[in-house]
Amino acid sequence: MSSTLDFNTAALREDFPILKQKVHGKDLVFLDSAASAQKPRAVIDAMVHVMEAQYANVHRGLHYMSEKTSDAYEEVRDKVAAFINAGSRDEIVFTRNATESINLVAYTWGRSALQPGDVIAVTEMEHHANLVPWQMLRDAHGTELRIIKITDAGEIDWNSLEETFADGRVKLLAVTQMSNVLGTYTPVERLAKFAHAHGAKILIDGCQAIVHRKIDVRATDADFFVFSGHKLYGPSGIGVLYAKAEILDVMPPFLGGGDMIASVSYAKSTWAKPPHRFEAGTPAIIETIGLGAAIDYVNAIGLPAIAAHEAALTEHALAVLANIEGLRILGTAQDRGGVISFVMKDAHAHDIATLLDRQGIAVRAGHHCAEPLMGRLGVTSTARASFALYTTREEIDALAKGLERVRKIFA
Amino acid sequence: MSQLYEAIVLDRVKQPRHAGRPAQFDAQGQGANRLCGDRVSVYLTRDGTMVQHESEGCAIMVASADLMADATLGKTPAEIKDIFESFSHAVTTGTENPGLGELNALTAVSQFPSRIGCATLPWRALEEALQNV
Repeated sequence: MSSTLDFNTAALREDFPILKQKVHGKDLVFLDSAASAQKPRAVIDAMVHVMEAQYANVHRGLHYMSEKTSDAYEEVRDKVAAFINAGSRDEIVFTRNATESINLVAYTWGRSALQPGDVIAVTEMEHHANLVPWQMLRDAHGTELRIIKITDAGEIDWNSLEETFADGRVKLLAVTQMSNVLGTYTPVERLAKFAHAHGAKILIDGCQAIVHRKIDVRATDADFFVFSGHKLYGPSGIGVLYAKAEILDVMPPFLGGGDMIASVSYAKSTWAKPPHRFEAGTPAIIETIGLGAAIDYVNAIGLPAIAAHEAALTEHALAVLANIEGLRILGTAQDRGGVISFVMKDAHAHDIATLLDRQGIAVRAGHHCAEPLMGRLGVTSTARASFALYTTREEIDALAKGLERVRKIFA
Repeated sequence: MSQLYEAIVLDRVKQPRHAGRPAQFDAQGQGANRLCGDRVSVYLTRDGTMVQHESEGCAIMVASADLMADATLGKTPAEIKDIFESFSHAVTTGTENPGLGELNALTAVSQFPSRIGCATLPWRALEEALQNV
């Protein structure tokens, strides 16, 4: 079978009901997990179970159902804290997704801790989610936004990083830990040391990385770390903001409403302590519990085993794709994961995606929410194949075969 | 699997007949698909004797632009509007229309809902160009 060492992909695929679906009469070959991953039975069951057996609003009722649901919801905060090795459960804020987490930081920390003229630095390979909120902060608050260059290989250009920080005005480095286009891992420990040595904090967009690598926010010394549940085999609608306790403590609220207050009168309200200060209104209870189940699922398999499986797949994919005439892979970073963007000489990315789809193969095509990066790479769009724990070597071979057919059509 | 990518479409992509920015024109219109980055400019003369396109994008968009130039050459704005309406109907429903000639090659796009916008993009640019005459 398609196993790497003791990694039993065939057995794991049984955990994902959707993988049995046919698409246009063909077996589904799902190579778009970097956009959103499929869900294991354990996550689906956990969410159904909440609704069938254990549901009420959280943090409100003095009745059995509310207490049980509150416990289940808050237990996920402990799971997330352990999963990323946070120092305290109170450093875990639940949001809708990583995009909302970054917007929360930009809106509250950005407007309170930063002064007009302070600089936020991002890299050329950020997702729009880690670019647009900083543009909005710039326009509303008078901060400056600087862009750190990447090399042609798709790695951070260290000279550009040093130049960006040279005048001592950078107060935040906001950087991806793994590019959703190039698959590049960034050296976040080194970047955190660099930022801190220059008097700046670091925000890490961990959306892609957390699916493939063990995250340790304390070892990394991250000030902020964000991710979305839906890429980690959990449901959509739940995301996480980690921030160091001393930062969260002095951050003003984001949204106002129920659950985020200490006391309310017509004249004045006071705010709850973190994390609840940042969780106004009824949260995504069912989705949060789904995320807890996803973390349990990933932990049971083990990220080192998942990483080894995906590394073998990536190596295989890079080799077979390199054999396709006229196909060019974007990015050749030394440290890279299973997200591979490519273009073909005569076939546009959208035509590639449509033709592959007819063969049951799902890839992403477009700018991948990284339009400026497309400009930097000199393309308008790419096709992208991305891998997950359930991806097999045979699926990558099916992709290569499909791409050969595409090549022949446009030859 | 390649019903959409049949000979007429591929031929127009590989050897477009009406591609490029002309030295002289009376009006132009632009089309851009924010999702995929496709761009097209359409140029025409007031008397309708020249329709050219400058396309950067997928095969469906480029073929549609080139076949559109064929179909609309020498036509009045009112006639072009009618052809676009027929074409829109054909690519949305998948029903061929004898009056559309080679444009019928694109009716298979109806099976690919996310790509219908690719086929109609050059026509929107043409509409804009007609308004600019």
